[in-house]
Amino acid sequence: MKIRAQIGMVLNLDKCIGCHTCSVTCKNVWTSRAGVEYAWFNNVETKPGVGYPRDWENQNKWNGGWSRLEGGKLKPKMGGKFRVLAKLFANPDLPEIDDYYEPFTFEYERLQKAPEVHTPPTARPRSAITGEVMDKIEWGPNWEEILGGEFSKRSKDYNFGSMEKDIYGEFENTFMMYLPRLCEHCLNPACAAACPSGAIYKREEDGVVLIDQEKCRGWRMCVSGCPYKKIYFNWESGKSEKCTLCYPRLEAGDPTVCSETCVGRIRYLGVLLYDADRISEAASAEDVEDLYQAQCDIFLDPNDPEVIAQAKKDGIPDSWLAAAKDSPVYKMAMDWKVAFPLHPEYRTLPMVWYIPPLSPIQSAMEDGRLEKSGVIPDVQDLRIPVKYLANMLTGGKEEPVVHALERMLAMREFMREKTVEGITNVDILDRVGLDENTLDDMYRIMALANYEDRYVIPTNHREYAGDTPFDNEIAFEQRSSCGFSFGNGCGDGGETRTNLFGTSTHKNTMSGKARS
Amino acid sequence: MPEAPTDFLNHLVFGLYPYIAVLVMVLGSILRYDRDQYSWKAGSSQLLTSKGMRMGSNLFHIGIILLFFTHLVGLLTPESLYHYVITTEDKQIMAMVGGGILGGICFIGLSMLLWRRMTDPRIRATSKFSDILLLWLLYIQLILGLISIYYSAQHMDGSSMVALGNWAQHIVTFRSGASDFIMHEPWVFKAHLFLGLTIFLIFPFTRLVHMLSVPVKYVFRSGYQIVRKRGKGY
Repeated sequence: MKIRAQIGMVLNLDKCIGCHTCSVTCKNVWTSRAGVEYAWFNNVETKPGVGYPRDWENQNKWNGGWSRLEGGKLKPKMGGKFRVLAKLFANPDLPEIDDYYEPFTFEYERLQKAPEVHTPPTARPRSAITGEVMDKIEWGPNWEEILGGEFSKRSKDYNFGSMEKDIYGEFENTFMMYLPRLCEHCLNPACAAACPSGAIYKREEDGVVLIDQEKCRGWRMCVSGCPYKKIYFNWESGKSEKCTLCYPRLEAGDPTVCSETCVGRIRYLGVLLYDADRISEAASAEDVEDLYQAQCDIFLDPNDPEVIAQAKKDGIPDSWLAAAKDSPVYKMAMDWKVAFPLHPEYRTLPMVWYIPPLSPIQSAMEDGRLEKSGVIPDVQDLRIPVKYLANMLTGGKEEPVVHALERMLAMREFMREKTVEGITNVDILDRVGLDENTLDDMYRIMALANYEDRYVIPTNHREYAGDTPFDNEIAFEQRSSCGFSFGNGCGDGGETRTNLFGTSTHKNTMSGKARS
Repeated sequence: MPEAPTDFLNHLVFGLYPYIAVLVMVLGSILRYDRDQYSWKAGSSQLLTSKGMRMGSNLFHIGIILLFFTHLVGLLTPESLYHYVITTEDKQIMAMVGGGILGGICFIGLSMLLWRRMTDPRIRATSKFSDILLLWLLYIQLILGLISIYYSAQHMDGSSMVALGNWAQHIVTFRSGASDFIMHEPWVFKAHLFLGLTIFLIFPFTRLVHMLSVPVKYVFRSGYQIVRKRGKGY
């Protein structure tokens, strides 16, 4: 057993209101630069829909993630090492920028500077890449917002799988949910596996997956390898970029920008302990329906004395072990079983998990089955089909999703009776296998969701950076040496206006000014 | 007898310039790798439009890589050595036919890439000066190489090929008088050599550096995953 710790995230989709604050704050911090205008390290999709980039979930099209060979070994779906190298010259699995969208700005200046004209001046869209006027914007990062567009197009959504989906196109049966997405910081990242330069790595101490910008040579294989399409090729710098899980903030014990700014308080960050020796075993479970459970099986109980002893031996700091015991992520994923990985069938063992959303119980209302108190409605009556959620979260296995939804409905009903009618109806809890103490905990963390309950993030330990803890050389060496920089490490060979080794063609594409 | 001016120019271009070009290539590459590694990349533009890439880029790369290595072997193998397996006359035929085929493959690919770079608005807008310059230089160089087949055919005894080989071998072994071998060769060989050396010269200032980063190590990586420990590799 080799224990490693990771900062995992849970998103409670039941509370997501689709406000895009996470996306916008993330963009302002990380991708408001030339070359990545089109990139959203965090984006919010309305489901059902084909998403961003178009149809990203369909790996028959993009060949992301892993495939399991006959003998149980895993191979990147895009091919083994030689196959990957054969794609260097032209990568057939690479999305085009139009699959995301062509970034644009508007001729805002024209609104102020237009001469006197008969018709009001307009601000036409202009491409951020070419600067040319775009006659019609065909696609954007959130084109399907709140079920925008025809059902026939949105219903190409991969999560419908083999479902009979036509009835969901009818007004009475239509349903929707929001899906905020970011890098999954997988235990078995396919992007890292596909990187020929070895520039993508997982940090041992907190599991954050990063791209070394100096080592990246722009072979663009990671873009194809990642089944979530959460690696973006910066067309200006020629290097790939991705969500960093705001590691500079995490190191200081602060939540990521998307979490911090989430107005619905849907995001949770906490430590998970797992057995690194069993990663490949968990990722190669034969039946895709077993992958969710297989991943749960390698998570370790932070209260188990044996686990604690081994974790200490493997160098996990005490503060991290303490945080693991309070981890909201562990509680939701493992204790309460209400959170699930996104598309476990890609076999990357993602570490950003989701609590499925409840939805209106239309038919049960009409049948009058809901009038009696203390009755938990059948989750099959929920407007969002369970199968759809299962295709998204458990590789198609419905039981765990049903179980989670029942617990959430039970919590709602129990608390309603308790606070409105003053009855403590433990029967409700018995039926879903919960006790009152657990429910209090669930209610506190999931419903009230106070800041300190949502984010239990131990600070990073600088002293682990060197061979000798508290080594002054290391501390003083790095102090005030440099802040955030782009390329060149902290060297002084930084970006100058003219550079023998290539000056950038685009300076600031996001200033709101059209490129001339 | 005073040296004729053409002799001096000949010596400058084919005697000294090779060393200058290679020196700039080596030092420039080291400096760029050391000082500005963030700029060290393949510079793919496939994301912006992949139209014509699959055919164009594959044909170009396969063609030019094979051309490079066949030139290397052909120029640097001493006459006395290859005579064990092939005569000079046969080697010239092989070079003309092989070079013609590879050159043709590369020509198709490069034409497609050049067309794409010059006409596609997205690619054009995101092209650096060096990207466009490089493609044109390679294109001219390739065409010169193809034209040289015609000149080679004028004398099938392989004398030009031997002269060029001697020149290259003298250069890499630091023997004097290398430029004398080129002195009386047809213009096309001279132009081809000069442009080739110039491509060496501009190598570190263009995206050509990505060829030094061919990810051979990938094949030897044990497993697929990479985990970095804190403190290691800082």
